[in-house]
Amino acid sequence: MTMQTSAQDNGRRTALLYARLIDPSTGLDETGGVLIEDGKILDLGPEVTADSGGQAQMIDCGGHVLAPGLIDMLVFSGEPGHEHRETLSTTSRAAAAGGVTTIICMPNTEPVIDDVALVDFIMRRARDTARINVHPMAAMTKGLKSEEMAEIGLLRDAGAIAFTNGKTSLADAKMMRNVLAYAKDFGALIIHHLEEPTLTQNGVMNEGEVATRLGLPGIPREAETIMLERDLRLAELTGGRYHAGQISCRASLDIVRAAKERGLPITCGVSINHLTLNENDIGPYRTFFKMRPPLRSEDDRAAMVEGIASGDIDVIVSAHDPQDADGKRRPFAEAADGAIGVETLLSAALRLYHDGSVDLSTLLRALTANPARLLGLPSGRLAKGAPADLVLIDLDTPFVVNPELLRTRSKNTPFDEARLQGRALMTLVAGRAVYNYGEHGS
Amino acid sequence: MSIAAEATEFSFPHRHLLGIEGLSRDEIVGLLDLAEQASGVSRQVAKKRDDLRGRTLINLFFESSTRTQSSFELAGKRLGADVMNMSTRTSSMSKGETLIDTAVTLNAMRPDILVVRHHAAGAVELLAQKVDCSVINAGDGSHEHPTQALLDALTIRRHKGHIDGLIVAICGDILHSRVARSNILLLNTLGARVRVIAPSTLIASGISRLGVEVYSSMWEGLEGADIVMMLRLQRERMTSNLVPSQREYFHFFGLDHEKLSRAKPDALIMHPGPMNRGVEIDSSVADDQRSVIREQVEMGVAVRMAVLQALARHLPNH
Repeated sequence: MTMQTSAQDNGRRTALLYARLIDPSTGLDETGGVLIEDGKILDLGPEVTADSGGQAQMIDCGGHVLAPGLIDMLVFSGEPGHEHRETLSTTSRAAAAGGVTTIICMPNTEPVIDDVALVDFIMRRARDTARINVHPMAAMTKGLKSEEMAEIGLLRDAGAIAFTNGKTSLADAKMMRNVLAYAKDFGALIIHHLEEPTLTQNGVMNEGEVATRLGLPGIPREAETIMLERDLRLAELTGGRYHAGQISCRASLDIVRAAKERGLPITCGVSINHLTLNENDIGPYRTFFKMRPPLRSEDDRAAMVEGIASGDIDVIVSAHDPQDADGKRRPFAEAADGAIGVETLLSAALRLYHDGSVDLSTLLRALTANPARLLGLPSGRLAKGAPADLVLIDLDTPFVVNPELLRTRSKNTPFDEARLQGRALMTLVAGRAVYNYGEHGS
Repeated sequence: MSIAAEATEFSFPHRHLLGIEGLSRDEIVGLLDLAEQASGVSRQVAKKRDDLRGRTLINLFFESSTRTQSSFELAGKRLGADVMNMSTRTSSMSKGETLIDTAVTLNAMRPDILVVRHHAAGAVELLAQKVDCSVINAGDGSHEHPTQALLDALTIRRHKGHIDGLIVAICGDILHSRVARSNILLLNTLGARVRVIAPSTLIASGISRLGVEVYSSMWEGLEGADIVMMLRLQRERMTSNLVPSQREYFHFFGLDHEKLSRAKPDALIMHPGPMNRGVEIDSSVADDQRSVIREQVEMGVAVRMAVLQALARHLPNH
């Protein structure tokens, strides 16, 4: 890949040539180019060549995959309140290096994003400091305290792209019903964490033999499935827009599949961790593998992959959650939950492509077109008029993850020393190169 | 004069003793043989040996303990080590210092052996990663308590001559018990048939995968048992609704003569202590002639001497 001049100004034309174009929204997979003007896709296909570029800056893609940039629906940033862990700026740098062009930020900040002014703050900070698209989610209950409904209508108008109760389930079924029904009037999407709190209690990993051997209190799968079943009943009752943020076990996949067969318009996501890791990775109390929902068994992991392959699971997220060393260097039960992942999302997901379990277009659909459709974003596809949010992907080059080279401020990656294959070569947001492996990579 | 010189040489290529998991059959038998010889030392008038002369042993207990801590203290002193006891109430842990900071601080004092008890599973292993000395796990959360399992095995072996083929019933709060986990691992390694008996609320998920038979009835589970090992029931198990009352627990799971009659006539009665008489064990059963509960305490010192011995061979600058 060579880049003759850096694509900078939106006003000018850029032509990305000799690429393998993949658009998961249409199934397109052909050799060709993309012509960009004013930050949008002007034309694409085999007819876009060096000749059609005119005055455009030419970028030779060298036959690599050119796809819509990734949309990561579940990202925790530390800003505001925990800037020592991560800022919108550092998260966006890491995202760009991972081929992610849009992130959806969780409201678990200090203060919690539950107010119009705070939504506005995030959007302004992102505009001024982030190099990719950032959309805030807002808390569906004030302060994420599960006590009072947040101002869903006003927050939606201010730019909150969806609503969530953060890392906890809203245990009060009546209140969940009200939230779903009320949000429906504004077309607002509710993204819910699945963890029945009394069953979870002091659990710190998947319940079962591994937890028993380690002497750690377990979290049964039923903590997830009971909450999921309840939520689906309430979504059906209210007609509210419901998305299960992360599922982690085969039983949840069965429930989602049955609901979709019944015609319920619900959707769900899975984290990259639950697609590529399992509870055995915890080994001798490795806290970087401590997360919520917990890593489950190998059979559950295999089910998650099946769910992506069949399309029953709609979205893959990084569940990027930066934690500082102090939070992780503790006995397992006392350590913080969460793993970073926005920068390794694409490379880790490509494991599923390389081992033959998911075809490339289906895999990328769960990272681009599906989240775009759920969130009502114009990106996530290769189409005339769509934003030129693109990623150029080298599918094949292997590398070993070195946490020191990751752009995130926190280094709690479960892919420490992992061997991955394939990565982003160039990331463009609105036609502008925000990452170029040749310049920034190592 | 040292015990090691008398003992059969066996290979123990470990810097720490963090659990029974990872120990081979030969290593366990070797430790028991060494402990058998050490038990003779404790019965002599002159109990002092010089195996650990010049060495410093620190007892670091984040959870209170009487017998384990004093047992390690005696074992260390009988081998000639300087022993220091630290408990959380007097340490800076109570001032919010993290476990790793504590480890680094202690490490700077250059101890040779750290004996650690902590309320969190895996905490002792985490600490072992941060220090240069040998570390012995004296109990970490619900995970392991290896010296307890060793002393139980030694006690059994002294009475039965072997462990292979014995039916051992471990009764009570399996869910929270590190003693149960270490014993299951050790007894299975030595070829015993292990049963666990408890109400289903106190059985850990997937425990049968560790190679045990699971019973929820004492009458069935004790049938033909050679060894009856009782576990302590903490009072908070009642408040968290795992069992309804002390009275009901004793009725169904307390060891009395009637339930004990299901076991073999010469079955041994064991308890890691401290006992709750009238909760998990009837007072007269605890004092029965088949009870080896006091001998377990005596073997505790011997086993800890043996473990210190085995680790001392690999201490740096040796």
